[in-house]
Amino acid sequence: MYVAVKGGERAIAHAHAWLAEIRRGDPAAPEVTLAQLMEQLGLAVDRVMAEGACADRELAALALKQARGDTTEAAFLLRAYRNTLPRFGAAEPVDTAAMRIERRISATFKDLPGGQVLGPTFDYTHRLLDFSLADPGPPPPPAPEAEPEGDATPRVTDVLAEEGLMAREPPGNEEPPDLTREGLRLPAGRALRLQALARGDEGFLVALGYSTQRGYGNAHPFVGEIRVGEVAVEYIPPELGFAIDIGDLLLTECQMVNQFAGSASAPPQFTRGYGLVPGRNERKAMAMALVDRALRAEELGEEKTAPAQDAEFVLYHCDNVESTGFVEHLKLPHYVDFQSELEKLRSLRARWGQEGQ
Amino acid sequence: MDAVRPDPARSAAAGGYNFAYLDEATKRMIRRALLKALAIPGHQVPFGAREMPLPYGWGTGGIQVTASVIGPTDVLKVIDQGADDTTNAVSIRRFFARVAGVATTESTRAATIIQTRHRIPETPLSEGQILVFQVPMPEPLFKLEPRVRESTRLHALADYGLMQVKLYEDIVRYGEVATSYNHPVMVAGRYLMSPSPIPAFDNPKLHMNPAILLFGAGREKRIYAVPPYTPVRSLDFEDHPFRPIRAPHACALCGSTESYLDEVIVDDRGGRMHVCSDTDYCRERREGRR
Repeated sequence: MYVAVKGGERAIAHAHAWLAEIRRGDPAAPEVTLAQLMEQLGLAVDRVMAEGACADRELAALALKQARGDTTEAAFLLRAYRNTLPRFGAAEPVDTAAMRIERRISATFKDLPGGQVLGPTFDYTHRLLDFSLADPGPPPPPAPEAEPEGDATPRVTDVLAEEGLMAREPPGNEEPPDLTREGLRLPAGRALRLQALARGDEGFLVALGYSTQRGYGNAHPFVGEIRVGEVAVEYIPPELGFAIDIGDLLLTECQMVNQFAGSASAPPQFTRGYGLVPGRNERKAMAMALVDRALRAEELGEEKTAPAQDAEFVLYHCDNVESTGFVEHLKLPHYVDFQSELEKLRSLRARWGQEGQ
Repeated sequence: MDAVRPDPARSAAAGGYNFAYLDEATKRMIRRALLKALAIPGHQVPFGAREMPLPYGWGTGGIQVTASVIGPTDVLKVIDQGADDTTNAVSIRRFFARVAGVATTESTRAATIIQTRHRIPETPLSEGQILVFQVPMPEPLFKLEPRVRESTRLHALADYGLMQVKLYEDIVRYGEVATSYNHPVMVAGRYLMSPSPIPAFDNPKLHMNPAILLFGAGREKRIYAVPPYTPVRSLDFEDHPFRPIRAPHACALCGSTESYLDEVIVDDRGGRMHVCSDTDYCRERREGRR
């Protein structure tokens, strides 16, 4: 038996040919198009877009198709592409108060200006398989439409802050740090933490957020508000010196209202956990808001006892491209190291045998 | 395993599912847990909670309890935040109308079973009625001791010092107990119990209530109960007695100064309105039946 480099090359080529074949599947079934993925598996596309940290649904759909529906692999593909794009500056902060609302709910107030807008949600559906979807059919009739109420839709947290009940966040005018250029440095400021969480793995963040609800971390959260909709993205080109609109972005924002902090110098106030995710993904936005609040433990003078409150633990492990890469690298050949382990173990066993006599 | 006879109540209304969705063996298992819970007031009984067609955290525990006690002649009321018209209440009511075909009502008096999230109705309950609470976290100590093995031991020893110390620390820090909802209670002088996240305002209604109070936690797989006419005391100190709170206003619709109120934001210039959280109570008052 021998292992030749040539054999490895051929094996790889054959494996990839097989992958291409199995990706396409039975040619008797029609091939999916990017439009179908974007329209009919839109939430998977949005997840790839968020974790791939690249706001382009068409590229995310392509990545999802290429990755055979594996969202982590697809996010990886998108990240690798994104890395090749030039960076020309930072946009102005988006104004989510001016969002064109598709969904807006508050769990803290029964009614409020702008109203509660359910939007296209799974909430309150009964999770019974709908067998009528098994075969293609005519499109459903259009949903009833109403005129928008017209008034503004102020953010709940701003309404609370107006009364002094919610701690205000200091406005920052400096250019935000860029995780993709400078990497993670600890201690990480909140802007950098939020950046890491926004591209972090949904499952990991949901589990961490859940742990804070079950007592691992001191959480008392209310959903002040979740809103989904399009916002305008503005950028100030240095050669112009004023903001221009460079496009619209569909976002999901979650603001969690959490229990009081207070001190000798400040009265008790609600504190905020913040989640913002590109596309439609409120599970991720909610989890992010829970984890953001948990990570503020130190700043708010709370005892740090739980994993979700440990910034180093959370930020180093939330990125699924990093974590999946290292977990899966264990598949790579480790013959050399393992050979030395084998020799060492044999030597230890021999010594044990001699001394045991 | 017990043999399970086909249920004659299996109806077309249930769309091929058993009456009230759960199969009869599951209902029997849950009823056993309920009986044990009633026999040991305030004690959390583990049960084999099932996957339900509604998500965990949205009332699966309450739904399983209701499904296990409901019969074809029952009249069901479902409230969330005190109101019959809140989305989740509507969804659960529709679920039971669909899988059990039972009569539903918005009237607290007319209902035989009331499933609730976060409130106890203002209208006093009577003997024979069942109030089913949806419980997110059955363990009253979980914020102080998240390890289930350890909190189970504390319950066995009736060692509730942790909670007393927490209340004491609140008083030292804020001058009063800072728990405004889910305020822990002692049931029949033995078990510390989470009343579920009802406002502290509702806690006194647990005491010596003539109705059967059942608590279901689906995700955490626990059931507990307070039988009729059981003493339930909100945890406090002699010099800092328990104090239920409500907004110091009258309902803008019915004028009640006794009911628990929701605050509604009417503009972004600080405008507020207060209305009864219990929509049935408010409607009855406006229709002049009180």
